Amino acid sequence: MSNFIDLFFNLDIMAQAWPLLLKGLIITLKLCAVVILLGLAGGLLLALGALSPRKWLKWPTIGFIDLFRALPPLVVLIFVYSGLPFAGLELTPFMAVVLAFFLNNSAYFAEVFRAGIQSVPKGQPEAAQATGLSQVQSLVHVILPQAIRNVLPDLLSNTVEVVKLTSLASVVSLSELLYSANMARSITYNSSPLVLAALIYLAILWPLVRLISRYQRGLAEH
Amino acid sequence: MLEINQLEKCFGTTQVLKSIDLSVKPGELVFVIGPSGSGKSTMLRCCNRLEEPTSGSILLDSEHVTECHGRALDKMRLKIGMVFQGFHLYPHKSVLANVMLAQVKALKRSKPEAKARAMEMLEHVGLAHKADAMPSELSGGQQQRVAIARALALDPKVMLFDEPTSALDPELVGSVLKVMKQLRQEGMTMLVVSHEMEFAREAADRVVFMDGGVVVEAGPPEDIFGNPKSERLRAFLSRLQPTTAA
Amino acid sequence: MSFLDTFFDGAVMAKYLPDLLAALVTTLWLSAAIVIAGLALGLVLACLRTLGRWYLTLPIVAFADISRALPPLVVILVFYFGLPGLGIRLSGPMVLFIVLGGVLAAFAEEIFWAGLTSVPKGQWEAGRATGLSFMQTLFDIALPQAIRLGIPSLVNRALAITKMTALGSVIGVKEILSVSSSAQSFSGSATPLTMAALAYLAIFLPVVIFARLLEKRYT
Repeated sequence: MSNFIDLFFNLDIMAQAWPLLLKGLIITLKLCAVVILLGLAGGLLLALGALSPRKWLKWPTIGFIDLFRALPPLVVLIFVYSGLPFAGLELTPFMAVVLAFFLNNSAYFAEVFRAGIQSVPKGQPEAAQATGLSQVQSLVHVILPQAIRNVLPDLLSNTVEVVKLTSLASVVSLSELLYSANMARSITYNSSPLVLAALIYLAILWPLVRLISRYQRGLAEH
Repeated sequence: MLEINQLEKCFGTTQVLKSIDLSVKPGELVFVIGPSGSGKSTMLRCCNRLEEPTSGSILLDSEHVTECHGRALDKMRLKIGMVFQGFHLYPHKSVLANVMLAQVKALKRSKPEAKARAMEMLEHVGLAHKADAMPSELSGGQQQRVAIARALALDPKVMLFDEPTSALDPELVGSVLKVMKQLRQEGMTMLVVSHEMEFAREAADRVVFMDGGVVVEAGPPEDIFGNPKSERLRAFLSRLQPTTAA
Repeated sequence: MSFLDTFFDGAVMAKYLPDLLAALVTTLWLSAAIVIAGLALGLVLACLRTLGRWYLTLPIVAFADISRALPPLVVILVFYFGLPGLGIRLSGPMVLFIVLGGVLAAFAEEIFWAGLTSVPKGQWEAGRATGLSFMQTLFDIALPQAIRLGIPSLVNRALAITKMTALGSVIGVKEILSVSSSAQSFSGSATPLTMAALAYLAIFLPVVIFARLLEKRYT
């Protein structure tokens, strides 16, 4: 038992690793902010494309979405980071991660937005346009607010997935939270820094996970 | 046959049933009427313990329903058929499978035996031709008749009806009432909570009027509808007048 | 060097095809094992939760919450690098199986549970009123409806988690990504990465399309 605590919950080592992990955490948070915002924006545009009545726009968009839903994000990341330099496009780890996750996340967010927009009754845009709103105005003021409310739990759970996803950036040596923790582990020969990183992820994400569960239960009761 | 003695039920601090006494004799059709919130449905649901009584006893053929637990309660429920306001057919099973399920699982009948019995009961309610349909393909009236067949297939000693026609469109009510009338002619013992006053007048042996968790008045339908004694029953009936007249 | 030579070099493709096919088989059987174990465990946990005993519910909810909140890569690293310190030495594929199977079980438990709670109360009452026991009502009436409700979400979640077998490359599992990564550094060509992408598409694109068809049928 003391062996277990020594290896996984060693407070001295956690304290030593803390400054390094804190730096990593800040990079993780920056990464999350960029990746989530880009993913939401890209997802919305893709969703509108996938719902477009114009076939030349609709089918390529759906193809793009399905391509990145089928590819593991780590594969996209390795491809962008190690493959693109062969084509003369050398990216910093941060840029590579942002590009790879943008492609992956916008596909996932697109599916959520699409489901949301489809859940809004057809009469709503018709009513909006009958009262003289333009197509864009009816989208912004009538359709999207309802669509987002209808898929809020899915948007939230997708956001949680994005935060978890940023840990993959450690594979291309971006010094975010997990990379820093793993670095500290290999220096100290002790897993406590990894456990500390896990606790930090837990502190950020557990409240969101609880919220999602509660939300789904609430929906089930209606 | 069915005896309810000093039945009480509380939800938290509100008392919904206050010492209800009621008995149903073999082959009798007892009709329970009363304003919404009077405790009629709660009383009915206590009879098969979907609702747990706070105190009092319920006997079926002098066996204590209220003292059964676990497997014994499941066995007891086989003798008490129940028909719900919302039908509650199983949406993932065909009509035939709905009627067969409890026969096979709870009564341990063989599948051919259960199927024969199910077809017989569906025939009885006039829906044998719908045996392979899914519940979602049936009208409300048809669904309710299947639900009746599902309960009858278990050979219950008494049937409880919890507002069986309240969720139906007016034009579908008649088909369900017809099946219930037929059951009564065959001598089934029935306890019915319903707002179908015409039906009560025509088919009931006794009518029980409940209000505020107590039995206010009980008697043959002629007396209850023709000569109400209590002020509360008179008020209740006069409120209904416009609808029953129509 | 042209684009085609870089990403679609025929000679490189031919050379590494056997290795990659072997890796593809590894990815496939790992995925199958994770899906079967994860769904089964999730189903069992959701059923135990219906019993409504706090000493069952509390650990199940804690397990489901923690497994859904932690990035799987963190757990994989702790299991792979940490457990040997306690004398527990698990192979790479075993770690991947345990961690991803557990994560899928957590999500599946939540999906089954959400399905169970949305089965109307009247369905339980109809079952119990016809003399079925709690267990019979659960297995014959509530669960089939809950599973049907959950199928689209389960397919999507199983897809997302089996794609994570690519994380095996970090702990030396010889699956598609790790084999193609090392082929890429040996050959000095990006072609093996293209092959990896194609291999993943061959496995997962049919699942994505299947999920779309399912969703259409269910809505």
